[in-house]
Amino acid sequence: MAAPVQEALANTHVEKKKKPPKRYWEETKNEDDKNTDKDVKDKNSEGEAPQEVSDKKDDERRKKRKRRIDGKFISGKKDPFPGEAPIPQEQLKKFQRGKKFQKLNRARKKAKEIITQSEAASALAQKEAARYDLLLPEEAGFLEGEEGEDTCTVSQEDIAEAVDITSGAKYFNLHLTQFGPYRLDYSRTGRHLLLGGRRGHVSCIEWQTKNLMCEMNVMETVQDIKWLHTEAMFAVAQKKWLYIYDSKGIELHCIKKFNDVLRMQFLPYHFLLATASATGFLQYLDVSVGKEVAAICTKSGRLDVMAQNPYNAIIHLGHPNGTVSLWSPNQKEPLVKMLCHRGAVRSLTVDKTGTYMVTSGLDRKLKVYDIRAFKPLHKYFLPAGASCLSLSQKGLLSAATGDVVQVYRDVWGGGPISKPYMAHRVRGSVWGVGFCPFEDVLGIGHGEGFTSMIVPGAGEPNFDALDVNPYRSLKQRQEWEVKALLEKVQPELIGLDPGLLGKVDQATFEQKHKERVEALGYDPLANEKFKPRFKKRGKSAAGAVEKRKKKVAHEDQRDVIRKTVEERMEREKERKESAKQQAEQGRKTALDRFKK
Amino acid sequence: MKVKVLCRNPDDYVRETSRDIQRVPRNYDPTLHPFEVPREYTRALNATKLDRIFAKPFVASLDGHRDGVNCIAKHVKSLSTVLSGACDGQVKIWNLSRRECLRTIQAHEGFVRGICSRFCGTSFFTVGDDKTIKQWSMEAPGCGVREEPLTTILGKAVYTGIDHHQSEGTFATCGQTVDIWDEQKSSPIRSFSWGVDSFSCVRYNPVETELLASCASDRSIILYDMRESTPLKKVVMQLRSNTLCWNPMEAYNFTCANEDYNLYTYDMRRLDAPVTVHMDHVSAVLDVDYSPTGREFVSASFDKTVRIFPKHSGHSREVYHTKRMQHVICVRWSADNKYILSGSDEMNIRIWKANASEKLGVLTSREKAAIHYNQKLKEKFQHHPQVKRIARHRHLPRDIFKQKRELREMKEARRRKEQNVRKHSKPGSVPLVTEKEKHVVTVVE
Repeated sequence: MAAPVQEALANTHVEKKKKPPKRYWEETKNEDDKNTDKDVKDKNSEGEAPQEVSDKKDDERRKKRKRRIDGKFISGKKDPFPGEAPIPQEQLKKFQRGKKFQKLNRARKKAKEIITQSEAASALAQKEAARYDLLLPEEAGFLEGEEGEDTCTVSQEDIAEAVDITSGAKYFNLHLTQFGPYRLDYSRTGRHLLLGGRRGHVSCIEWQTKNLMCEMNVMETVQDIKWLHTEAMFAVAQKKWLYIYDSKGIELHCIKKFNDVLRMQFLPYHFLLATASATGFLQYLDVSVGKEVAAICTKSGRLDVMAQNPYNAIIHLGHPNGTVSLWSPNQKEPLVKMLCHRGAVRSLTVDKTGTYMVTSGLDRKLKVYDIRAFKPLHKYFLPAGASCLSLSQKGLLSAATGDVVQVYRDVWGGGPISKPYMAHRVRGSVWGVGFCPFEDVLGIGHGEGFTSMIVPGAGEPNFDALDVNPYRSLKQRQEWEVKALLEKVQPELIGLDPGLLGKVDQATFEQKHKERVEALGYDPLANEKFKPRFKKRGKSAAGAVEKRKKKVAHEDQRDVIRKTVEERMEREKERKESAKQQAEQGRKTALDRFKK
Repeated sequence: MKVKVLCRNPDDYVRETSRDIQRVPRNYDPTLHPFEVPREYTRALNATKLDRIFAKPFVASLDGHRDGVNCIAKHVKSLSTVLSGACDGQVKIWNLSRRECLRTIQAHEGFVRGICSRFCGTSFFTVGDDKTIKQWSMEAPGCGVREEPLTTILGKAVYTGIDHHQSEGTFATCGQTVDIWDEQKSSPIRSFSWGVDSFSCVRYNPVETELLASCASDRSIILYDMRESTPLKKVVMQLRSNTLCWNPMEAYNFTCANEDYNLYTYDMRRLDAPVTVHMDHVSAVLDVDYSPTGREFVSASFDKTVRIFPKHSGHSREVYHTKRMQHVICVRWSADNKYILSGSDEMNIRIWKANASEKLGVLTSREKAAIHYNQKLKEKFQHHPQVKRIARHRHLPRDIFKQKRELREMKEARRRKEQNVRKHSKPGSVPLVTEKEKHVVTVVE
């Protein structure tokens, strides 16, 4: 910041009477800078000396004008920070939505106006949002070892001791040996925890205050549990049917259309509860109206591996033959089927931007996929294989291998990783893991109960209170519920690209246009034939008009010619390049093939 | 070991006292807001539905006339004052905010054909079937004093319309000729005629104030310059235009209400084809008036409806009708851009909202913000079929609906026939005539 301002100061033609008061940004400047500044000044004065003699008045005027342009104050001082504050490119990029419109020149006048206006508006919005980033109150957590110390060797007790009491209290164990192993689910706000023991124990806890909301035994096998849109209701997949309870443990519904459910996912913006059953059915329940939206027979046997893509609400199912299939409620066939593992898929999870999928299989491999391109990025070999996977909001991956939970960082970032970021051993074999939203906490459900583990840097530090607010009051929750229900996204809108609605539907337009042209007998959008307007006296002679027409005609022609010439040039270039390559290959001898 | 764990102080996120407003910290990170487009679309759909639910455009009806309302004029200075003239020669002055008649004047014998207020707002002019032009004071006379015109001019023929100059003491009337009058003189200072026997409307241009336009009964629209002795130019159309109105913001454009159920917006500089043809009425259009912003205009028709058109659009965005409203003869857009006044055959003046679903009264800033946001959403998703279907749907009276369908069929048949003729004749011998060109017969300079 300081350097350009200094330069600008040096370049001004105004003679300063007084030195400006010293500013903090000038203190950092070293001697070298001063020297160069002086040089610049000297040069300026040399160059200007003869001019000043010749036209002093002119100079005065110029000075005045310049002062106005530079936005200087009347006192002659200059704004040290001219213009608006710069925004780092990285931040701007974070808030970029889509690309800028490219073919502006070919658009019609009215459309062009609209496009430029909307683009200016979105650029402004992007800038303002990027600016606002500076004001976010919280910063993400971190864990750094000393030199030679691995962070994965740091024990939870040490961390709990090193941090403040409230954070330290987030590491705790619940010894529930009787009804385990446990599955768990955190509510979207991260305040409430739901535990479901395989042998029927269900409890919900406000885990930070350790306040027990309800506890019961359903006297049946519990396969899976899930919070619905608020912490007032949760779904429990029991031995036979799907049940819905309220936060006091009162049974609200028993849904007999959903039988033998093994895994569940809740799509919060669609108010859909997706269930995968032992009979191979993927079913969607609209919890706002209580109707079954879709029931899809996947024809691939028992479905016990399931994850949702939070970016586009697509359900990912893992199968015993090593494939992962992607489903939407609108289609009876999978959208995508990809072979991920040699053995059965044990667990999978998708990150919140919908870009990466992490899977683990019986072949003891852990694979990271880019699901935009459906291609693997990294493969890792875990000696014990991972039974449960979970991704945090900040992209930390937790993998449970036997009774050890490992947390990895930068799974898809740079190169392959060699050792975990953190590790923790629990008493029994792990049955379910889940990161708590907006907290640096990983919940682990295992055979001997539940462990809450501190993972610094896991949670998103700044929440958006209009979306999910961990500190909301009852009234706020009610308001939010109404708003959320009003803008419930219809299940028909689930697809691979959630932004599809905002894009131009070129195909339909072309089809419609074709029909219109057929009906009308002419093309209403075609360029009108140039009709020369009556201009001036003497300019409308037949010859002159013909000339003007020709000009326009040639204009069109020129465009065509320009295009064809460009194409030809490109083809020529390609041809040359390929010829060059061929020539290079031709130089190779027959023996070259043995070189390696 | 260096460690930091996320730990929020609840005091930073919860309001201090219960009287405080709730704290709402924001984070605009797009990854925290998935499904942006589908959610916005849902909001837009909801906004469009609410818009239709709240569309209750009828505000009030002013009754008191004892015959059909033939003309309405806005007061130049006062928003709440409106003048109206009826077919029995009565002129009434209304207060809109109190919805009551302030004054009643028996101005003419027979129809009151035209009414306009002076630019200063202290007096107004009326013309009637009794061949007189009368100037009246805006102030009511004292108690027990008879209503007397300030001045009366006795003409030779019936006057059918009147309009006052924007800033000078001259006015124009039309009848057998278009006459320009000085307020001080009892005979016209200039008379224009171009081979026609009667005019139905004359209007001053609001910006180029010496310019006038008139609709003549020989199907032409004639432009005049007050400073010249001869008219400027005219365009002859296929059917007669009843009235016209200048666009107050782009004053080179004017819109005329035609007998062929359409309205035409012309550019004064190029009369050979209208800029836009506005279709939707199913009977002759009788009156037209622009909104003060110049972006929309309202038209009154013999088919008992009032329609609002955006100035660029070929079709109306809104149609107003009631069971009791008969042929609408005159219509005006109020100067605050919020209301529309329509005068109809069955003796009532109706007040409508210009924007059917607008909430009246004082709005809080949050309400305003929500309205703006919804407006923008509706605009953004207006072309989506679901949104469009809901936004476009209007209930029409049965006979208008039928007539509309009939007209559409007729038009379709005509088009089909033309296409067939073209198909079976020599290429180029049956030229394509666009809808715009179809209705103009000739332009005479």
